[in-house]
Amino acid sequence: MSAAPSSASPAWAVELVGIDKRFGPVHANRDVTLRFAPSSIHGLVGENGAGKSTLMSILYGFYEADAGEILVRGKQVDIRTPQDAIRLGIGMVHQHFMLVETFTVLENLLLGHEGGPVLGPAMARARTEVQALEQQFGLEVPLDALVCDLPVGVQQRVEILKALYRGADVLILDEPTAVLSPPEVEQLFRILERLRQQGRTVLLITHKLKEIMAITDRVSVLRRGQVVAEFVTAETDRQALADAMVGRKTSLSVDKAPAKPGPVLLAAQNLNVVDARGVTTLKDACLTVRAGEIVGIAGVAGNGQSELLEVLSGMCRFVSGTVTLKGEDIGPATQYDAADARRRGVAHVPEDRLKLAVIKDFPAHESAILGYHQDKSLSKGWRLDWKRTIAKTVSLMEQFDVRPPNPNLRTALFSGGNQQKLVMAREMEREPDILLVGQPTRGVDIGAIAFIHRQLVSLRDRGKAILLVSAELDEILALSDRILVMCDGEIVGELSAAEATEGRIGTMMAGIKDSPTAEGVSA
Amino acid sequence: MSAGGSDNLPWWVTGLLLPAINVGLALAVSALVILAIGEDPLGALGSMLRGALGTGEGIGYTLYYATSLIFTALAVAIAFHGGLFNIGGEGQAYIGGLGVGLVLLSLPGWPWWAALPLSVLGGAAFGALWAAIPGWLQAYRGSHIVITTIMFNFIASSLMVYLMVNVLIKPGQMSPESEAFSASLFLPMMADMMAGIGIEMAASPLNFSLFLALLACVAVWAFIWHTRWGFALRATGANENAALYAGIDPKRVIVVTMALSGALAGLLGVNELHGVQHRLMLNFPAGLGFTGIAVALMGRNHPAGIIPAALLFGALYQGGTELVFDYPTISRELVVVIQGVVILFAGALEHMFRPALVRLFSRRPVAASKPAGA
Ligand SMILES: Nc1ncnc2c1ncn2[C@@H]1O[C@H](COP(=O)(O)OP(=O)(O)OP(=O)(O)O)[C@@H](O)[C@H]1O
Ligand SMILES: [Mg+2]
Repeated sequence: MSAAPSSASPAWAVELVGIDKRFGPVHANRDVTLRFAPSSIHGLVGENGAGKSTLMSILYGFYEADAGEILVRGKQVDIRTPQDAIRLGIGMVHQHFMLVETFTVLENLLLGHEGGPVLGPAMARARTEVQALEQQFGLEVPLDALVCDLPVGVQQRVEILKALYRGADVLILDEPTAVLSPPEVEQLFRILERLRQQGRTVLLITHKLKEIMAITDRVSVLRRGQVVAEFVTAETDRQALADAMVGRKTSLSVDKAPAKPGPVLLAAQNLNVVDARGVTTLKDACLTVRAGEIVGIAGVAGNGQSELLEVLSGMCRFVSGTVTLKGEDIGPATQYDAADARRRGVAHVPEDRLKLAVIKDFPAHESAILGYHQDKSLSKGWRLDWKRTIAKTVSLMEQFDVRPPNPNLRTALFSGGNQQKLVMAREMEREPDILLVGQPTRGVDIGAIAFIHRQLVSLRDRGKAILLVSAELDEILALSDRILVMCDGEIVGELSAAEATEGRIGTMMAGIKDSPTAEGVSA
Repeated sequence: MSAGGSDNLPWWVTGLLLPAINVGLALAVSALVILAIGEDPLGALGSMLRGALGTGEGIGYTLYYATSLIFTALAVAIAFHGGLFNIGGEGQAYIGGLGVGLVLLSLPGWPWWAALPLSVLGGAAFGALWAAIPGWLQAYRGSHIVITTIMFNFIASSLMVYLMVNVLIKPGQMSPESEAFSASLFLPMMADMMAGIGIEMAASPLNFSLFLALLACVAVWAFIWHTRWGFALRATGANENAALYAGIDPKRVIVVTMALSGALAGLLGVNELHGVQHRLMLNFPAGLGFTGIAVALMGRNHPAGIIPAALLFGALYQGGTELVFDYPTISRELVVVIQGVVILFAGALEHMFRPALVRLFSRRPVAASKPAGA
């Protein structure tokens, strides 16, 4: 591994030496030593729960390490709070943005740096400074727009700008691409490259090895809290990284036999959804999903996919059209809610896990019955039988390898990937006839991705209908037997698995209707 | 049995040490106030303690106040778990009492044990209705529950004045009180009940309602943490979107939660009217609805915490009465100040010392190596 620098000149922007951290019985970081060079992008990979976020939280002052030291530009420092970290030039962009939604971008940037009771002059000063930064790093952001009106990609840029405005030399990005569309990822990477050119250090956590290969200079692999390997990116490949992460040979692809589609289990005819502001978010959607097939929905995020999942799962209402569940027609007058949907055998893995699928403050076993708490098998008379829910959760955790397998741990304390595995386990456990699934592998490590993909394929092979929404084209291509493309609230085309290529889907996602076989949408 | 989010502090720190620090500090500040008006703080504290706990009668009064506080604090707690801040307990208790009174006025000559279920039902139903309206307004009309419950306190008070002065007043008398309930309806006094089983106890307003309050604690605990409805209520309180995803109708849960909350507050009327006053009158909630908020806060919205917190505040009420008696220079208002200081430290400033304790205890390897449960 890397040799220690000659002590005089700070050859390293940041050094973590012998960092150790326990959370009760969980040993999240074990004697981690990592050094990050200036003018570089350093990747950090590892399975879910390997301790990546914990390590970065220690560097950013959210947690204090039990042992070990941190050196910034060669000097040992004591980082107890994020303020300390900011003062030392360390900035962090969280996966869940920390912005005030009802403030403008400029107000958000100024927050905490008002420099006095009167805002006017500070605002003016900030505006010129921020504009200079925007130029320097090619980071374009509308300074006077309200944050809540901006797409996620832009909100993320605001976060980056905020860190830079506070003087960050070292920028930590924890799974920044999980919420971005492919063009937004490209834009982010251009910004990161600019940062590298300007002498800054970027620490990038991601589960997408493609991204690691595309942009990092070096990459460190964490496994069960320990650094198990470090590579110069140019000298390694995805397979080697994957093997190091998991600790054995892994397979990155899914094997699946051709689909044997059965009867139509789920169909929608001219479905229209209008949101609270009166905007039509889903326009005349028609689709069918048969038993034994996976239908993938491709599209840039925010083009009606979320609404499609929500309306089919009973979470929101449609204004016109028909949904057919297992042969039964349901119109706008006889709508079903999420509880009815579950009773009819529709399970739903929503796109936004923390917002919908779990309750952060509940222990895992309570999150593990969310949506199924009415289930008779979980009750004893009037009482919810916690013994049974705990036992059930333990078995779910075992089947889906959720770590740590502790049903009493607060849901928020599981790493993102493990929360997702818990949700997948919960929704797949009851053998639903119809599974609606959004972003099944967002924030999930590659080993678990392969596992979840295999589960989805085997559910399909057991004759269930699966509707899959994913922002990852790779995922859509790997799993789907048919692919529908959505743009601007409409389904603009359909491709069979054989016809689908990234290029063709890409043009259709942009709203150009060029599919020769786009007629096959009727049942 | 998780009692609110904790930062992995051992239970005795959040459950015992923190409240002890808060109460200690509140007493210290009160002592300064008493010193400032030239009285002896230790003597005053002694007088309060003696008043609240020193005599059988004092203990009886303390428990009697605690009974009412348990009802109103449970009301706040159940709403809290549903994500609602119900500060209308005072009004709900007032209207609940109206329900109790109307039931009892219409049952002359019934034995108390037969009337009790009906008076409980009356109090609960009236309180529930009074709380469900703001709940409905919040769920379906978007008006904020804090604002509407405050307004409903005022409406309750005006309504009661109107009813007592114009409708329910006993004919031919000046003070706005109804006719007395018939004597057979009176809830047994604790002193009499104890005498019945051979235990000597000083006379006090403490009555059968105390058992009802304890029963309510168990019922609320079981409901919130051990039933499907409690699960739906907590899910809605923690994350409305997730509740919707789970097939729970958050709007309905909001209305039902408020109704349950109001029902609990309404039971104050059973203690005050069915138990003690034996007639309908004005102002019987006497601020206990508001104090219930502080009790719930201090008791961490858990029945096991609410019982000791209600005892503490009951003791403050009763001790304060004694204090005024013993020290003519200390006025009734000063007692209110002392209660206010305790509420401030124990309730509103509850989180002041928490970060320091978190730091203190999370550094200790012993505490950190305990499994991070509950
Ligand atoms: N505050 C906490 N209390 C208890 N355990 C925790 C806490 N934070 C993290 N953990 C545990 O520490 C381990 C490391 O978690 P961490 O979030 O660092 O993983 P990660 O590598 O970022 O995973 P992912 O890729 O899923 O985000 C996990 O087992 C997690 O459950
Ligand atoms: Mg993480």
